[in-house]
Amino acid sequence: MTYADVHENYLNASWGWRSWLLTRDHKRIALLYLISITLFFFVGGFFALLIRLELLTPAGDLVQAETYNKLFTMHGLIMIFFFLIPSIPSVLGNFLIPLMIGARDLAFPRLNLLSWYIYIVGGVFTLAAVVTGGVDTGWTFYTPYSSTYANSNVILTALGIFITGFSSILTGLNFIVTIHKMRAPGLTWFRLPLFIWAHYATSLIMVLGTPVLAISITLILLERSFHIGIFDPKLGGDPLLFQHLFWFYSHPAVYIMILPGMGVVSEIITCYSRKKIFGYTFVALSSLAIAALGFLVWGHHMFVSGQSPFAGMVFSMLSFLVAIPSGIKVFNWTATLYKGSISFDAPMLYALGFIGLFTIGGLTGLFLATLAVDVHVHDTYFVIAHFHYIMVGGAVMAYFGGIHFWWPKITGRLYPEVWARIAALIVFIGFNLTFFPQFLLGYLGMPRRYHAYPEEFQVWNVMSTAGASILGLGYLIPIIYLLWSLRYGRVATENPWNAKGLEWQTPSPPPETNFAATPIVTEEAYSYDIHT
Amino acid sequence: MTSIPESSPVPVQVSDGVHDHQFDDAAQQQEAATLGMWLFLATEVLFFGGLFTGYTVYRSAYPKAFGEASRHLDIVLGTVNTGVLLLSSFSMAMAVQSAQLGKRWRLLGFLTSTAVLGAAFLAIKFTEYAHKFHEHLVPGLQFAFAGSESPHAQLFFSFYFAMTGLHALHMIIGIVMIVVLMVLTLANTFGPEYHTPIETIGLYWHFVDIIWVFLFPLLYLVSR
Amino acid sequence: MLIELPFWPQEASTVAGSVDVLSLFLALVAFFFSFLIFLLIFFFAIRYRRRPGLAATPVPTRLSLEVLWTAVPLGLTAVMFTWGSGLYMHNQQDPPGAMNIYVVGKQWMWTVEHLEGRREIGELHVPIGRPVKLILASQDVIHDFFIPAFRVKQDVVPGRYTTLWFEATRIGSYRLVCAQYCGTRHSGMIGNVVVMQPQDYQNWLASGADDPPAKAGERLFHTFSCAGCHELQASQKGPPLIGMYGKSVRMESGETVAFDDGYIRESILNPNEKVVEGYRPIMPTFRNQLNEDEIIQMIAYIRSLGTGDAKP
Repeated sequence: MTYADVHENYLNASWGWRSWLLTRDHKRIALLYLISITLFFFVGGFFALLIRLELLTPAGDLVQAETYNKLFTMHGLIMIFFFLIPSIPSVLGNFLIPLMIGARDLAFPRLNLLSWYIYIVGGVFTLAAVVTGGVDTGWTFYTPYSSTYANSNVILTALGIFITGFSSILTGLNFIVTIHKMRAPGLTWFRLPLFIWAHYATSLIMVLGTPVLAISITLILLERSFHIGIFDPKLGGDPLLFQHLFWFYSHPAVYIMILPGMGVVSEIITCYSRKKIFGYTFVALSSLAIAALGFLVWGHHMFVSGQSPFAGMVFSMLSFLVAIPSGIKVFNWTATLYKGSISFDAPMLYALGFIGLFTIGGLTGLFLATLAVDVHVHDTYFVIAHFHYIMVGGAVMAYFGGIHFWWPKITGRLYPEVWARIAALIVFIGFNLTFFPQFLLGYLGMPRRYHAYPEEFQVWNVMSTAGASILGLGYLIPIIYLLWSLRYGRVATENPWNAKGLEWQTPSPPPETNFAATPIVTEEAYSYDIHT
Repeated sequence: MTSIPESSPVPVQVSDGVHDHQFDDAAQQQEAATLGMWLFLATEVLFFGGLFTGYTVYRSAYPKAFGEASRHLDIVLGTVNTGVLLLSSFSMAMAVQSAQLGKRWRLLGFLTSTAVLGAAFLAIKFTEYAHKFHEHLVPGLQFAFAGSESPHAQLFFSFYFAMTGLHALHMIIGIVMIVVLMVLTLANTFGPEYHTPIETIGLYWHFVDIIWVFLFPLLYLVSR
Repeated sequence: MLIELPFWPQEASTVAGSVDVLSLFLALVAFFFSFLIFLLIFFFAIRYRRRPGLAATPVPTRLSLEVLWTAVPLGLTAVMFTWGSGLYMHNQQDPPGAMNIYVVGKQWMWTVEHLEGRREIGELHVPIGRPVKLILASQDVIHDFFIPAFRVKQDVVPGRYTTLWFEATRIGSYRLVCAQYCGTRHSGMIGNVVVMQPQDYQNWLASGADDPPAKAGERLFHTFSCAGCHELQASQKGPPLIGMYGKSVRMESGETVAFDDGYIRESILNPNEKVVEGYRPIMPTFRNQLNEDEIIQMIAYIRSLGTGDAKP
């Protein structure tokens, strides 16, 4: 018997289905999310696998055109709404935010559980749409194709996304109130871990942006059900109105997907360099700047849409501006390594990989912000490569890094370090092989959402598919050893990494109410220079 | 960062009827609830905002059609409804004050009148909807608008029903919540030291009222 | 066997070169900063790897560094913005003397209407060295007209006209693709732009068997009794159409509108949105009676009635 088996913690505090499905404990809700998003990750990943298999050959010969259209639509919808957007906030954010600020739970625990149920209901609707024939509008639902012409499960899917949006809104609301009102004594705003700043900024976007998506979807639902002409030009509607409403949310949505990852990276870099973050205030405020500016750039998805060139220029300028705070973060993270004492545990490998790949992804965003170049690469594989560098090379790597970093805290077990490092390297190699060729394909003129392409593009496509298989392997390995570690992993102590942060001041796994007594904070964040 | 018990005098408390366990005291809970409601109202502003934006875009594109269509709305009923809602907001504010003063029966009375006025609003609204249905002015249900402006007039009515329908849905939810508050008042749940739900739902009610204050001129008072 | 790896498409238009130069600049900046970060991380990782006897040294934040790595990216992005917008605005201006060709995108093909009378499907023949302006219409959903070798792209939006211009600089055949997802056979909505010597193009134009669109438009004009109100000269019922194309017209509302393709289309479909000064809103709509091809034929006919300025 070990200490972990004996001491009471949130995992063994109660038993049975009801204690999990009716829990109000933010830590258990985080695990409910962990399981669900992992399932969706596999579904979305499966569609990606089929897409890459089809693209091995120039001819569209694996699946029919209509099926292919459904594959990329559903891959996008599931990965964005059911994996990426909830991943770090709903798993790591839910688990860690109360712990990091010294609180017993979030402000509204029942609302938190409701968020998960809403997410599940939305997911069920969407999966139902998938299995009963799929949807083929592209995740962007452009009208009038989606509102009038498509012959697939648009309504069912739109309902699923609409419902899931409320999960996001409630989670964001919960986080904002918690961070404002429930910080431990002594924990002033500028002593907060950057993970908290990142989630605060993310929550602002969730709360303010998601309702506009909800309305856009509502209008599509109304149009499709009642043929009322809101977006159909034949009935007086304007298809571009949909694009403005849609991208008003969906651009900030990408910051929902990346900001939490940036928060994770700040925690990991400091711990494995044994140093304070360089430029704390700048990193903290840059999260807010990204959230604010992120609401002003949506038109850069519409440079060739028929939008006025002057609007294009405004959006282009603002898009360049929103890149600056991200650059500030990258420089500050790199500077944190300077004169540190660096170890290369798996979380650190993921974090360093994030910095490199996010940098490439962000720099290629500059091509897209540049009006004259975007005209050429818009709606080509260049865009696909750009956002996968950020979403997969960035956000997913940060997510995996965070899962590994806090695994001992969440489960009370250590993962096997050697296998974890191997998997991180496989992911890094597989990722680059998959997506770098796509920049070239895009500039060459291969459009998005094509399942057949000219012969001379085959070499890059084959390279990309080969990379995808390696990437898939890299993702499978952690699933296996993380599950293995639950039973056979070394038991973790309270603070196996000797990290700063209130979450490490309580047992692994934590007791149900997190802390025996409310901590009092007297230090700045990341006070690695102060030896206790 | 320290977590040494002797320097931390705040013990963990389970819910003791005054505040939930995650909060340190009732004041913190009240502040959290209020902030939460303000944030929720912010999301509602963005939610309705999308519809307002769409409406504005089409109104500036087709001013003639929208003017003509708007004149088919019943301005008398619309004005009466505006008065009804404003009165209900006053009634709700009085309910909050009654709660603050610990006047239980006055609180119940004002909650009731708020709910009744809200129901009256809905009754008038649905009467208007019924009229529109008979006049074939419901898009998607045998819509027929005389004159060449037909498709753009249909756009107007689409937004009319979407916006007032969404507003009505929020009213229904509000009335349900007020009824719940009435039940809780009867059960003596509220007093001067605890009446947060009355205040937060009051905020929600005022917000729904304000949305109508914008909807009414936008929809009913186009080129009158 | 040498595998020829393609890296970028041919440059076959007047703007392709300048777009590529700008892209190269962006690529250089991207490579520079990527390498910089990679090298720094690599260098720091090795130099400061954890080993006995080496502790981390606290490094205070330096405001000057923060300013540096804010200002330099700001400066670089300012250059990118200015260069990119300048090139973009230049590419947006229709060049003088451009020949107009009408294109209709529909699920899932492109039809091309040359004013001189040739119709094409999936192909666009153009002369080299002459600016070409395409007027793009969609019959159904949003499409996108993209010629990678020319570096030009424009969404084709139902309910309105969009335009795109280019000037081809090399003889040859260049891929044309639809670059906005439009349904089942989106990947099949492709074609070729065939660039010919001017004389070959003239010969090709003359060898067509189709009627010029203006002729088809004239037939429609009579079929739908447009002449009843628009008797080509001023009449009480409808404003004149002869010699109007390209002019500016005053509306009842006081605004002045250009008598261009978009205005003609709107007048046919939503006649009472803009009413010419001095006339009443009595024109019926032809909304469900004419498709985009037919509207283009009407436009071609009205153009043929004389223009206020340049020839087609």
